[in-house]
Amino acid sequence: MKRVATGAGVVVGLWLVNGLAAGSLVPGFRISPYLLQVVCLAGINIILAVSLNLINGFTGQFSIGHAGFMAIGAYSSAFLTVTFGTRLRGMLAFLPEGAQSGVLLLAGLSVAAVLAAIAGFLVGVPSLRLRGDYLAIVTLGFGEIIRVFILNIDAVGGARGLSGIPRLADFFWIYLFAVITILVVSRIVGSSFGRTLIAIREDEIAAEAMGVDTTKSKVISFIVSSAFAGIAGGLFGHYLMYLHTNSFTFLKSIEIIIMIVIGGLGSITGSVLGAILYIGLTEGLREFAQYRMVVFSLLLVVLMIVRPQGILGHREFVNLLPRRWRLGVEAPPTHG
Amino acid sequence: MAVSTFLQQLVNGLSLGSIYALIALGYTMVYGVLRLINFAHGDVYMLGAYAGYYLSRRLQGRDPSLVSALIVMAGAMLACAIIGMVIERFAYRPVRRASRLTLLITAIGVSLFIENGAQLVFGADPKFFPSLAPRADFRFGPVRVTSEQLTVIVVSFLLMVALRLFILKTRTGKAMRAVSFSIDASKLMGISTDGIIAITFALGSALAAAAGVLIGMQIPKIDPLMGIVYGLKAFVAAVLGGIGNIPGAVLGGLLIGISEVMVVGYLSSTYRDAIAFGILILVLLLRPQGILGRVQKEKV
Repeated sequence: MKRVATGAGVVVGLWLVNGLAAGSLVPGFRISPYLLQVVCLAGINIILAVSLNLINGFTGQFSIGHAGFMAIGAYSSAFLTVTFGTRLRGMLAFLPEGAQSGVLLLAGLSVAAVLAAIAGFLVGVPSLRLRGDYLAIVTLGFGEIIRVFILNIDAVGGARGLSGIPRLADFFWIYLFAVITILVVSRIVGSSFGRTLIAIREDEIAAEAMGVDTTKSKVISFIVSSAFAGIAGGLFGHYLMYLHTNSFTFLKSIEIIIMIVIGGLGSITGSVLGAILYIGLTEGLREFAQYRMVVFSLLLVVLMIVRPQGILGHREFVNLLPRRWRLGVEAPPTHG
Repeated sequence: MAVSTFLQQLVNGLSLGSIYALIALGYTMVYGVLRLINFAHGDVYMLGAYAGYYLSRRLQGRDPSLVSALIVMAGAMLACAIIGMVIERFAYRPVRRASRLTLLITAIGVSLFIENGAQLVFGADPKFFPSLAPRADFRFGPVRVTSEQLTVIVVSFLLMVALRLFILKTRTGKAMRAVSFSIDASKLMGISTDGIIAITFALGSALAAAAGVLIGMQIPKIDPLMGIVYGLKAFVAAVLGGIGNIPGAVLGGLLIGISEVMVVGYLSSTYRDAIAFGILILVLLLRPQGILGRVQKEKV
């Protein structure tokens, strides 16, 4: 009961903030469109960072192809709403306009999640048998191959890009899915399956000796991670209304990695913090655009030398609170 | 007709493959001693091309000749050897004892730093490499070989032979092989492992610089991001041949170069960049240790 109430509270809260932001709630008050866009893009990056952290931070498998799964989600859902949008709306004519858009977006995002998950399965099964650096390179390769293939599909615009995507996603939907992502990933990490993943991260051979089916666990975590990347892609396309494969290069994957590394691999709070910091800094330093990436890359190297675990390490938000406020919620114990 | 086209493609592939092979050697040598994918290696190759560019601008008053080409080549190799040692000393050495993941992220950071720093210093626009040597075309029956292609193939062959002699015949080369076998045991045997690792980086970076100058002679447009794609493909070449294995890197480089040219020639140029990764995935599925690599047993 309590959970349902909390869930409803989150939805109503997001809806209110959304109304406030769009200016429909309080007349005469609205957030500047620029700020709103930055906040929304930050939300999409939170989904990407938290989902990548499941595989990179908690399972300890280094994937650098997240942008590829994001691209699959973005293109498949946009293709759906662009091609079948009017027909689907006709079928939903009995619903009010806003609800139609919502259903359409959810349909697009489901396709995005399912296709990205299937791609994650196809990539994961062969490559997760490999260790460490090899996995990194294979995921990179798959990410690039996905991009090159999309670039060659004329039905989704090829090199021209895909335009005319309806704007179905807004602050409400983006942050609703950000909350869902955080919830799902933190529940997975807190479950016994999550302990399995952490065991694999800490020592794969020991985990195997304890009877953990390491490949299967890694593949499951990879599939979940890819599905959320697909959702993030779907939201991205339906927010910006235009897609081009240049948004999904190797560099995008690296950006997401910078976010989770800055925040702390193996900390969900860290990923959220990393995503916000990264987007905040890139926007804040827009005037110094040319120095921006130099500073970030230098920061990354220095961080690795002085604090390789990132800002938060394995700690979560609750671990930062005074002990008596924690209400029995703790991040999973880890060593090292 | 068909045979001569094929032979022509083969020559083009060999010349491109030699470039990949030179870069792949640096990846494989560094992986051999540190078990690190040096993501910044492709960028060192880019810096080599720029070093060659600025040196040849300096020499521009003189006529293009073999001597000035050699000066440019040697200068670029020296500059990159120093850069490689600096990268190793200040970025990789402090994290050498940390986890492999930390090392890998550091390498990505160094790579991004060089790419963006180079855009700042050299400008993001492409630059045009001046021609260093008089050009000529050679005809072997129906097959046309440009002097640039010939230079690329001959120079990289000579460099590879020199590297092989260095590794097999000198004391330093022996020490490198020992470090790559076991870094701790070599330290116990009195080998200065820090020094050997620095030399490995210097050698690998010098070879990448040579590749950079050679590509500048062949495709005269150079830009600060040119190292990304070449670096990745050369890495694929190293994995294909068996990472850590020096003849494997050469073999892998030539195979990647030839297959890329064949795909562009016979299928479609849009898949040019996907072919290397396709090969990589096949190799990792069918023979993860690479063509010439040995299976390494995992120890607890």
